[in-house]
Amino acid sequence: MHGTKESITILLVDDDSDDRFMAKDAFKEARLLNDLRFVENGEELIDYLHHRGKYADVKNSPRPGLILLDLNMPGKDGREALTEIKADPDLRRIPVVILTTSKAEEDVVRTYELGSNSYITKPVSFEGLVAIIKTMANYWLEIVQLPTN
Amino acid sequence: MSERKKPITILMADDDPDDRFMTKEAFKEAMLINDLRFVEDGEELLDYLYHRGRFADPSDAPRPGLILLDLNMPRKDGREALAEIKTDPDLRRIPVVILTTSKAEEDIIRTYDLGSNSYITKPVSFESLVAIMKALSKYWLEIVLL
Repeated sequence: MHGTKESITILLVDDDSDDRFMAKDAFKEARLLNDLRFVENGEELIDYLHHRGKYADVKNSPRPGLILLDLNMPGKDGREALTEIKADPDLRRIPVVILTTSKAEEDVVRTYELGSNSYITKPVSFEGLVAIIKTMANYWLEIVQLPTN
Repeated sequence: MSERKKPITILMADDDPDDRFMTKEAFKEAMLINDLRFVEDGEELLDYLYHRGRFADPSDAPRPGLILLDLNMPRKDGREALAEIKTDPDLRRIPVVILTTSKAEEDIIRTYDLGSNSYITKPVSFESLVAIMKALSKYWLEIVLL
């Protein structure tokens, strides 16, 4: 629906290298051509968004149109990173979708309260992941209007 | 995918009777069996959520699992209602999807800043509205945990 949908950078935050690899493959399988980038924990995510440290060069850290955020990570976890993003007047408009293995009601409720835009549980199988990525991409890239920078 | 739960109530706030009717028809066409309810402006939406006035009986106003919110409405508009919902500790966890004819960048940015969960522009044709309702329900009702 929007001419620019493929130009949207999607930033996935996950400490598990297998999960990052699976997500990359699932994006390919779902034929998504978007620029998909990865960071490995909440600290790196905030560095990326604020162009700090190894992300100091803005060309290496284009502003994401959508963030996929794992919850349980060492160092700064997803809850803390979400809190920081949604309290920052410049960052809060970026949609953040929680993508986690946790199905705990407490995590669902708490992250919605912190301002997450949706909460999705990671499926176990690769096929399940591809299906979820397809539905998610159709929704956020075809149906929804994302804020431009 | 997530297990099927009891179908959630979807609450739509829109002042235009034609748009309410079209959405109802699009829901049917998309085979959605959810309890779809309507309020006509932001004032009524807040009355519904707080069980005030004609919504005093909670059985007449089940808590919605998803709110579809128009922006331009008389009395309290969608922006004001959204700001109230997203600052209320008890209500803010309810996902609010903006569904409006406005494509104004200012509205998109402002409502995301206020905490809306997504922003969708109402299509002109009925066929497109059905397609949007299908995609919206597939995402929020089958993939997402509410």
